[in-house]
This record gives sequence, C-alpha cells and structure tokens, in this order.
Amino acid sequence: MIHAAWLIPACPLVGFTLLVLAGRKLGDPIAGWLGTLATAGAFLFTVLTFAGLIGRAAGNRTFVQLLYNWVPVGGFKIDAALQIDPLSITMALFVTGVGTLIHLYAIGYMKGDPRYPRFFVYLNLFVFSMLTLVLANNFLVMFLGWEGVGTCSYLLVSFWFERESAASAGKKAFVTNRVGDWGFMMGMFLVFSHFGSLTFVDVLNSAAVGHISQGTATWICLAFFLGVCGKSAQLPLFVWLPDAMEGPTPVSALIHAATMVTAGVYLLCRINPLLAHAPDAQVTIAIVGAATAFFAATVACAQDDIKRVLAYSTISQLGYMVMAIGCGAYVAGLFHMVTHAFFKACLFLCAGSVIHGMHDQQDMKKMGALAKWMPITAATFAVAWLSIAGIPPFSGFWSKDDILAGAWAFHGDLGKVLWFVGFLTAGLTAYYMSRQVALVFLGKARWGADAHANEHGGAEHAEHADPHESPWQMWIPLVVLAGLALVGGLLNLPYKPLDLMEKWLDPVVGAASNVRHISHAGKAISAIATTALCLIGVGAGLRIWTSSATHDGLEPSFLRRAWMIDWLYAQTIEKPGLLLANFSSTVVDKGIIDGAVNGVATLVRGSGARLRKLQTGYVRNYALGIAAGAVVMIAYVVMRAS
Amino acid sequence: MTVPGTWYLTVAAVLFTIGAVGLLIRRNVLVMFMCVELMLNAVNLTFVTFSGMLNDIGGQAIVFFVMVVAAAEVVIGLGIIVAIFRRRTDATADDLHMLKG
Repeated sequence: MIHAAWLIPACPLVGFTLLVLAGRKLGDPIAGWLGTLATAGAFLFTVLTFAGLIGRAAGNRTFVQLLYNWVPVGGFKIDAALQIDPLSITMALFVTGVGTLIHLYAIGYMKGDPRYPRFFVYLNLFVFSMLTLVLANNFLVMFLGWEGVGTCSYLLVSFWFERESAASAGKKAFVTNRVGDWGFMMGMFLVFSHFGSLTFVDVLNSAAVGHISQGTATWICLAFFLGVCGKSAQLPLFVWLPDAMEGPTPVSALIHAATMVTAGVYLLCRINPLLAHAPDAQVTIAIVGAATAFFAATVACAQDDIKRVLAYSTISQLGYMVMAIGCGAYVAGLFHMVTHAFFKACLFLCAGSVIHGMHDQQDMKKMGALAKWMPITAATFAVAWLSIAGIPPFSGFWSKDDILAGAWAFHGDLGKVLWFVGFLTAGLTAYYMSRQVALVFLGKARWGADAHANEHGGAEHAEHADPHESPWQMWIPLVVLAGLALVGGLLNLPYKPLDLMEKWLDPVVGAASNVRHISHAGKAISAIATTALCLIGVGAGLRIWTSSATHDGLEPSFLRRAWMIDWLYAQTIEKPGLLLANFSSTVVDKGIIDGAVNGVATLVRGSGARLRKLQTGYVRNYALGIAAGAVVMIAYVVMRAS
Repeated sequence: MTVPGTWYLTVAAVLFTIGAVGLLIRRNVLVMFMCVELMLNAVNLTFVTFSGMLNDIGGQAIVFFVMVVAAAEVVIGLGIIVAIFRRRTDATADDLHMLKG
C-alpha cells in the first residue's frame, strides 16, 4: 500500500489540470465538487500510505519513492522523489484531511462568486504544492513546493483583486516572503557546499553522526530560520499575515492558519539533526518564537475585525510551535501544529460562516448575540474557543501544556523565562478569544435595523438584515473540525503508553529531542497553573466584553496598530526606499541616463548644423573642392616620391 | 621626324587646365559640361601618349573605357541639362542650389 504514495500529490494535480481545462464549463458547483473530490482522493491515499507505514517496524518507517531523475548534472543529482516517513505522513494527513473539509466548505462559501471555478483551481494547486513541500525527499523539491504554496497564497489573498486592499495585501505577502525565501536559498547553498548533496537522507544522516561543525550548523539553521520567519509569520516578518485576511475565508483557514504557515515549523522539524548541532540557533529560535507568541497575543486583544483577531492568534500560536522547536520539544510543536490545524481552521470557518450570515460584516463591534441566530456556528466556535484557550480536556490544553513543559525543561534560566512568557501568552489567548466570543455571539445585538440604517442609510439592507445559519456544505466541516478539536488531545496524552505521537515520531525527531523531560509532578504543576490563568482569562474576557462592547482603555491604539511595526517598517524601509527610487528617477534616470542620451543627440545636431554649411549647393564649390583635393594629393605623392 | 612625347603631355596638361579652370569659373551649365569633356579628353591624350612611350597597350585600352563612360555620361548629363532648361530659360549653375545643406 505504501507504494501508492505517488498518488497523494497526483490527485490534486489531476484535479488542478481538469479544472484548468474545463473548470469554466463545469461551473458552480460542479467545479467545487471536483476540487473537493481530488483532495479527498489525496486524503484517502494518505490514509492508505499511513496504514502501510504503521505495518512496518518502528525503525524501518522511512520509505523513499523515486519518481524520476530530475537534475542529473555530473556529481550533482536531484531526484524527484517522495520521502514517506512518520513526520511527512503526519503532515500529509492533516493537510489533506483539513484541506478536504475546507474544500467542502468553500463549495458553499464561494457560491455565486463570478470566479468560482478559478478559486478551486488555485485551491487544488495549493494542495498539490503543499504536498510537494511536505513529501519531498530533498531540499530543492521542497523549495519547489515552498515557492508553489507562496504563489498560491499570493493568488488567493488577492483573489478579489478588484479591491485595492486585497491586491496590495497579496503583494505584501509575496514580497515579505521573498525575504524569507532568500534565507531558505542561502540555507540550501550552505548545505550543498558543506555536504555536497541536498537529499534529506544524505544530509541529515551525515549531520546526525556529527560531520558538521557547530559554526556551520548554526549558520545553516539561522538561514533556514529566516525562511521560517517569512513563511510561518514570525517576528520580524509576520506583517503579511494579518493583511492576508483580505483573501476569502476558506483561504485564511486552509493556507493562513492550518497548513501553509506551518510549513516553516515542518522545515525546522525536518532539519532537527542540524539543529541539534547548533545550540545558538536553537536559543535564537526559541526566543523569537516566544517573543512572537507574546507580541501577537497582545495585539489580538485589541483588534475589531473578526478575522484579524484570528490572524494575530495564528501568529501567536505559530510562535508557540517555533518556541517548542527551539526548546527541542519537537513532538510538542508538531502536536500543537495538528491540534492548532483543527481548532484554528474551525475558528476561521466559523468566522467565515458568521461573515456569510452577517452579509459580509467583519467588524465584531457590529455583531453580538449571534448565538441565537447561528446555533451550529456558535456551538462549534465554542468548542474551538475552549480548545485554543487551553481548557481541559479540549485538545489545545494538551498540546499547549506539552510545549510549556518542554520550555521548562530547556536549559538554564532561559527555559524558565520562556515558560513564563508562554504562560502569560496562554492567559492572553484565553482572554482575547473570550473577548471575541463575547463580542460575536453573546451580549446585545448591535446589528439591528437601526445600526444598518445608520451605517448604510438604506432600506435595501433591512430586508435581509437578519443573520442566518449557513448551508450544510458549510456547517458539516465545522462540526467535524470541532469534533477533532475536542478529541485531538488523544493523539498524544502525557501518560505512557498513550503518548502515541511521541512514539510515532520518535524515529525522525527522537534523537534530537530535548531529553531532560520534567517530572510528572512538575508537569502537573505547570498544567494547573496555566489552566488557572486560562480560566481567569476566559472569565475576564467574557465578563468585560459581554456587558459592553466599548472599553477604550483596554484597546490602546499602540496595540490596535500592532506595536506600530507597520509604521516602523514604513519609516525605515518604505521611506528610504521611496527616497532612493525618487533619487534614481530624477537624478540618475533623468539626469545621468537621459542626459547622456540627449547629450549625444545635441552633439550630433550641433556638429551637423555646422558641417552642413559645407553643402553650399553651388557646383563650382564642389568642383573647386575636388580640384584642390586632387592637387593636394598629387603634391603629396610627388613630394614623397622625390 | 617624330614629335617627342613631352609635347603631347604638355598639350594634355594645357587642355586639362583650360577645362578645370573653365569648370570653376564659368556659370553656364552647357559650357561647364564641355569643360568636363575637355578634361576627360586631356586625360585620354596622356593615356595614349604614355601607352606609346612605354610600349604598353593597356593605356589605349583604358581610353576606350573612358570614352564609353564619357559617352554614357554625356547622355545622362545632357538629359538633365535639357530637363533643367525646359523648366527655366536662363539658368546658370549657381541658380541650381536646391540641394544646399
């Protein structure tokens, strides 16, 4: 069964091809069903491969399937090959699983969009690229997928490109990611110059037995980490993710919450034997992750847009995962990645359902009391909310707790500091998610006919002002994801022998993992403290924001504007960039380049104006010239001869 | 008694000079044209003279070419001149300076 692995990426590729060729003819909703079917097929084959992998002995679970020799250049060989191992198949499972649900959701969500088939073209291309990224057996093919998902992200963020903001958000995502891609490429070059190969098996095995110096490993890891900062929206390259919310909501759920943004975390897990040799890089990664987690959580407390809250929350949770990787708690990071994919996809899809039901209203301050109108959405949102808030026994509690335990075990005082930052972040997360629940689903309705009349002054809104529950294609994924968010913790309970994921991933990341596990008592204390803080956060969030929707003191503009980082970038990068562009347009282009061109033209014209005086038009003058010239020439010849 | 070659050359030089000076100082197009012919024939004369002096048939052969070219040139040149005189009656060469730069 494991040999069917090549069918995993082939399914969405076939779907993509069919949709490109015939999408417009199939139209709404058949194109959507075709796209969903392709992704579901990929999921099916992933499950089969997974079953095949389980059938093998734990030490023998790495399987490379060669598709063809891609680049055979002398000693430099790159194969298009798939690497099936516990890590990649875990990624593939949730990418295709969550992807299928979101495809199904999009059938309902995108209904009536003029570019409906194109949306599924992009979505299938994305799933294909993501699977390429995840299943690649070398850095170059992985990079291909890495760039592919970046392209799809760009295309989908600016899917509604008629809107200026969507178009520029797509551009921002693309440009910011270029910075990260540069890091990825530098990392690849370093790996190749050191190991002479880009294949994971060669490089990582060689690194595992210590054929690398600490300095080289540090530089490689830091270069790759720059790529991670771009793709996984870490400080300082996170700025594109909040703006990426301009894309349709299924895109936000699939690409900007569940899958693509976790590619960076996956990359870090993949290169764990290198990271094991680079303690400085690990410390950097852990600190950046913790800082991002805390920073984004504070910003999420002061956003009004329902999707922007979730965007900052995603950044924060990604920070958590990165911190876990930095601390060497790979399994905890991956565990959180999976549970996060469940509950954050659910939250985003619920948000989409709310936006859908509220007729494209995204401002939470204009919502409220929606639980009555949208019961399914509200119930599923509540499950995901409790999960991300870290309330036991929801899945987020288990994974978050694993990460905090991993941070505590990280060496020295730094581990305690990281733990504390993570602890605070957990409280903030509980608070801002409760704030969102209170603003959207509880409290007083702020979207009544009056509000609409004030906003739009139109009776045209009055007739469909009432929010409504979404169609079944939309709420079924919600229910499934909420169910997964509820029980996802079972994947990796902290009690032996129930730590399934720990055992499953051990062959890939076990050797590099942080070995100094903390005691059960320590873990329990950490869990109890965190849960207490989370409960306080939930209580505070609900109490404050249910009673009233305006608390200016709790939403300082510093936080609203995300610590002014966009402004900072505008001042330090955009402004000098504009100055430079102005300089080269006015001085270099107009002055020097145009000056040179015009100068040559003026010279030619000037000399022409003087030379044309010779052309008198009198035949005798020409004849005189000829005669004089002949005389001179003859005189010269005669003189030379004598 | 044979005439020495230098005499012929002298005559040719005189003819050439008359032609060249005539070309430079006259304004009448037809006269200028005749001056050109004079110069051509002066050159022909030197060719023939040198051919005799050096016992080389090449000089005389070239004269034939020159005469053919001159004949062609006369046809075209006279054609142009007749065309000019049809448009204006009293044209001198100096009136024809339309190609001034």
